[in-house]
Amino acid sequence: MMVVELITGRTLDQGATVEEKLGEKYFNAVNYIELDEESFKQLGLKEGDRVKVTSDFGEVVVFAKKSDLPKGVAFIPMGPYANMVIDPSTDGTGMPQFKGVKAKIEKTTERVKTIKELLEAI
Amino acid sequence: MEDIVCTFCGSVCDDGEFDVEKRRVKRFCRLGSSKFAEKERIKAPMVEGKEVSYEEAIDYAVEILVNAKHPLLYGWASTVNEAIRLGVILAEKLGGVYDQCASVCHAPGVLAVIEEGLPGGTLGSIKNRAEVVIFWGANPAEAHPRHGLRYSITAKGLLVKDRKQRKVIVVDVRPTKTAKMADIFVQIKPGYDYAILSALRAIISGNADVVPKEVGGVSKEKLIELAEIMKNAKYGAVLYGLGVSQSRGRDRNVENAIKLIQLLNRTTRWIIWPMRGHYNVVGAGEVPAWEVGYSYAIDFSRGYPRFSPAEFSAVEVLNRKDCDAALIVASDPVAHFPASAVKYLKEIPVIQIDPYPNMTTLVSKVVIPSAVYGIEAEGSTYRMDGIVLRVKKILETNYWTDEKILEEMLKRVEKLKG
Repeated sequence: MMVVELITGRTLDQGATVEEKLGEKYFNAVNYIELDEESFKQLGLKEGDRVKVTSDFGEVVVFAKKSDLPKGVAFIPMGPYANMVIDPSTDGTGMPQFKGVKAKIEKTTERVKTIKELLEAI
Repeated sequence: MEDIVCTFCGSVCDDGEFDVEKRRVKRFCRLGSSKFAEKERIKAPMVEGKEVSYEEAIDYAVEILVNAKHPLLYGWASTVNEAIRLGVILAEKLGGVYDQCASVCHAPGVLAVIEEGLPGGTLGSIKNRAEVVIFWGANPAEAHPRHGLRYSITAKGLLVKDRKQRKVIVVDVRPTKTAKMADIFVQIKPGYDYAILSALRAIISGNADVVPKEVGGVSKEKLIELAEIMKNAKYGAVLYGLGVSQSRGRDRNVENAIKLIQLLNRTTRWIIWPMRGHYNVVGAGEVPAWEVGYSYAIDFSRGYPRFSPAEFSAVEVLNRKDCDAALIVASDPVAHFPASAVKYLKEIPVIQIDPYPNMTTLVSKVVIPSAVYGIEAEGSTYRMDGIVLRVKKILETNYWTDEKILEEMLKRVEKLKG
């Protein structure tokens, strides 16, 4: 288990599939978390393993992906998976905190939910 | 067909070529190409999963809206100004809330602009004049793929002739694809934008002595180097993204960045501008601004417009359960809102107007498919820098436009509400 600072954002894959949200390509574009190499080792992860992300606001299971992020920072593409764990409070601005949310990451054997299952679980 | 205008991102590229037979667009990026590719559509209007005619779906939708005490009308970033105009009138007639996608995107910047103003410029001025371009919390290589080529990185301008004459700086938490194209990459710790902007202001105003050795993961030397580049540029542009407006500080980060630009403008010329996402998210704010005075989070329940993002932004309205029906136009809040807001959307009757099935379709009682602007319908949009462009119709369709659907809804609402 480790604690990271979670950020979310656009990616090219997410953008290119955003008008096909119920398809496989969009599912693959938004259902993962990027972590740095050292965190990968520390959690005993292989590319494509699943991790459970838990914040004060919810939890979600996603696939793990290696990236060149700085240690302690994790990234999930914007979309339904990220939105399960981001901070919904807006501090009066109307804008939830999509970036900079503390989250706990652990390896899991739980399945990654499909988009429809995710919606049912909300 | 030539000079096709793209209706994907805020860059609204206007130089595409469309091959009608192959149904393929040339010159656009991967995002633009995906926009013009054929994909699954909502086949017909539906009420509770059953196919109906446009008229029946509109009747049913209007009944829901007219009987609601406080409906939320949300979306608007991927449609044209003509449709948005009707949406604002509809919100007023219904005594509901008008909010748009910027409220989960660049709207904190609007709050900053209300306080500070916006020293801005067009994309053309960036291309022709900006010898220093700073992308702050923005990653155009993935979000606006041709922005760099056409305006801000490799663009060939009148005074700044090529890439060699333009210094590109990226300030970001991650080593993004854009960071890899930059001359200087300043990697910061998440949530430290405000502190770094304050440090730069201190250095530029001659108070470097108050700046500690390191701010937000950036050394003082690097900050001084950055400040010198900014001070010495004849014309510079800070183009900021959601890294600034969606992280800790939100509107205050933007406010601090504008203050930095104001300071630079005492001795040289700098502009600051948000990298707006959807092709007409600017219109979703400009149109209500010229109609009722505000650009988002507008409530009409008292019969006159009130602006208050803490109360009337869509996420706040949903988190507080302060609406009893929702009309979602050209947007997918179920995919892009926090789970708490989605939970409430699942409990109330939702009407969706959109060309494509998405997550909001799955929770909608009434689904009304529409034509795709820029492909099947024409209209006017605001590019990210506020320049109005007319998007074209290149293919025939039987789908109704957002404008026609909203016009029919408005007629019925006016009849019922008087």
